[in-house]
Amino acid sequence: MSYNLKEEMQKEGRFLGGHRMCAGCGSPIAVRTILRALNPEDHAVVCSATSCLEVSTFMYPYTSWKESFIHNAFENAAATISGVETAYNALKKRGKIDETWKFIAFGGDGGTYDIGFQSLSGAMERGHDMVYVCYDNEAYMNTGIQRSSSTPHFADTTTTPAGTVVPGKMQQKKDLTKIMVAHGIPYVAQTTFMGNFKDISEKAHKAIYTPGAAFLNVMAPCPRGWRYPSEKLMEVTKAAVDTCVWPLFEVVEGKYTLTYKPKEKKPVEEYLKMQGRFAHMFKKGNEWMIEEAQKEVDRKWEELLKLCEM
Amino acid sequence: MGIRERLSGNEAIAYAMKQINPDVMGAFPITPSTEIPQYFSTYVDNGQVDTEFIAVESEHSAMSTCIGAQAAGARAISATSSCGLCYMTEMLYVAASDRLPITLAVSCRALSGPININNDHSDAMGVRDSGWLMLFAETNQEAYDNYLQAMRIGEAVDLPIMICQDGFITSHAIENIELVEDEKVKEFVGEWNPKHYMLKKGEPMAVGAYATPAYYIEAKRQQAQAMMDAKEVIKKVGKEFGEMTGRTYGLVENFMMDDAEEAILIIGSSAGTAKEAVKKLRAAGKKVGLVKIRSFRPFPSEEIVDALKNVKAFAAMDKDDSFNGHCGPMYAEVCASMYAAGVTAPKGINYIYGLGGRDVRVDSIEHVFAELEKIADTGVTGETYRYLEVRD
Amino acid sequence: MSHLAKDMTPDVSWKDITPGCNIYEGGTSVTVETGDWRTMKPVWDATKCKQCMLCTPVCPDMSIPVDADGKRGDFNYFFCKGCGICANVCPFNAITMVKDEK
Repeated sequence: MSYNLKEEMQKEGRFLGGHRMCAGCGSPIAVRTILRALNPEDHAVVCSATSCLEVSTFMYPYTSWKESFIHNAFENAAATISGVETAYNALKKRGKIDETWKFIAFGGDGGTYDIGFQSLSGAMERGHDMVYVCYDNEAYMNTGIQRSSSTPHFADTTTTPAGTVVPGKMQQKKDLTKIMVAHGIPYVAQTTFMGNFKDISEKAHKAIYTPGAAFLNVMAPCPRGWRYPSEKLMEVTKAAVDTCVWPLFEVVEGKYTLTYKPKEKKPVEEYLKMQGRFAHMFKKGNEWMIEEAQKEVDRKWEELLKLCEM
Repeated sequence: MGIRERLSGNEAIAYAMKQINPDVMGAFPITPSTEIPQYFSTYVDNGQVDTEFIAVESEHSAMSTCIGAQAAGARAISATSSCGLCYMTEMLYVAASDRLPITLAVSCRALSGPININNDHSDAMGVRDSGWLMLFAETNQEAYDNYLQAMRIGEAVDLPIMICQDGFITSHAIENIELVEDEKVKEFVGEWNPKHYMLKKGEPMAVGAYATPAYYIEAKRQQAQAMMDAKEVIKKVGKEFGEMTGRTYGLVENFMMDDAEEAILIIGSSAGTAKEAVKKLRAAGKKVGLVKIRSFRPFPSEEIVDALKNVKAFAAMDKDDSFNGHCGPMYAEVCASMYAAGVTAPKGINYIYGLGGRDVRVDSIEHVFAELEKIADTGVTGETYRYLEVRD
Repeated sequence: MSHLAKDMTPDVSWKDITPGCNIYEGGTSVTVETGDWRTMKPVWDATKCKQCMLCTPVCPDMSIPVDADGKRGDFNYFFCKGCGICANVCPFNAITMVKDEK
């Protein structure tokens, strides 16, 4: 079945308005897109780690989730949804449920790359029939833009301020997608918002309907934390993809496939210059930072191309 | 009537779990409760139960999976000890506040550090304010019996329940036990039919809200009421259990308290040792007695006041310390109960005992009674915060 | 005793509040207006719109309704926070951001 944006958008939404995420936030866009990938006749239980998403979408008594929803804590969305999935198997086996339910967990990068990493790794290894979606906005945004292990090299955050001695975050971004691939799960993909949303929608559908554990890493920009005007969201994600900072690929049963190859790989400055968190890299004397960032992107991109040829 | 067996406390708990055949177990091994998921996974792998067993990667995830499963509409169980209970503490509060009647077996063990695998109550007492119902067992039989009553109690008030026994002392020691027939267990425990659950057809449910100050305290007040209401439920279920087995349970057990002038209050397996001391002293003409606290949460304040109101002196025995510079948790709660009831005549002292598996013998308890007798005779309480069986 | 979300007002008593602050309905946030956060407002020009739909998936606030024929309609200003992503992706300049005069 080929992708059709019109048909996608006609589906009944499972994530509704009245939530309190900031104007222009990437995370609700990711959430509504992924939930649209459910077959209309199926149900889902959604879990969210404590995050901007959670506190903004279930402020008592207002839930933005059309489906059953559970928030438990910051670090255990994967374990929590694995418990829900297990309960489903138990109740189905005992004839107490006849409908088809799917299980989707959302966490920010803090709740996924960092504090929820163990819980995620455990759930993926156990192979529950679930999808874990990381909406990656590259810092702890809910508490006010502190660095995470997903924050890119040199980024200015409130715990890695670009100072006179230490110019931002001095470590590179953790490659979580690859770590998830190393779990040997049947489906892993990296995506973001592009054009007609074909890439993210198709990956979400595959992730949901591949039996077993699946992981989606979705770049979901935060205009406040990244310091770009909110209307530029789609330019930022496009630049991330075209500069190969955030390549789009999927790994099915261990086999890498690039799902989008930029016609022309753009220099990394084009992505960095759009965002205030990298502004100090463009100051005189800091050219080495951009050079280093470019080298890192090039190395990882070459590695990815090799993996995709395999 | 009943089936006579010889089982360790851990196996007795696992056997009760098998008889109940719950929907989901999420567990992680930790000494001395490890045997519970071990025995249970043998039942699972041999098809003796059809429970879904999740061998998670930590106690934190064990309780997280239980929360997910119970909210989804399943009966969820786990087992743990010591640092494992500590590690799931955050989730214990969530389970209680989400009003999910999860059942957790605890084989009590000292907390690190120094690391120690032997019994005391510092793990369970460390989570005493998490909102869980907590029953303690003196013997293997009681551990088993309490477990069979657990779901009836928790599900009646929508609160999770901990069934605690003493690590190694009852968890590993093999004792004679009378088991209840499978059919009777099934009938007694019954099915859990929650009104609302996440997998309910046609009714979405949202769990784990962000509650602003406009709502938070109302939710907590309601939760507090459930804990208060649990007292009657525990008594009712304990009575029904007695009708089935001949073994009736309440919130406390009074032992030779009728005319007692000196009494000790104690929890868990040490009550057995203390009963021996009481019997011995009674034989020597001493008017001594014992109050065994079965339910620590809810705290049986009325029952304790009633038991102690006529004694001259009592000692609250805490198998853990609050490190507040003056007393352990049971002493604090007993004194608060007495004061609130206007009963101030009995002199009370506190003993911290048995930490990290320090042996407490019959003569240790006799020493406590000797001290109480001195206090009763002289009217001088002296130091109230005391350690028992510690080298000077 | 009602356990409907609409009755869980800030006046609800501890006896009546839903246990655990759980809610037994989906999508109760649709009664919450977030349009009042807006400083800029998107204005849709139906005559310029080619119904390419590219604006519809980018909306974080479900403020662009799509009908049964697969066509977008006018903005839902009850939810729209005025982020401007839709205006920026429109290839036909059919959406203009204007100052929201309230």
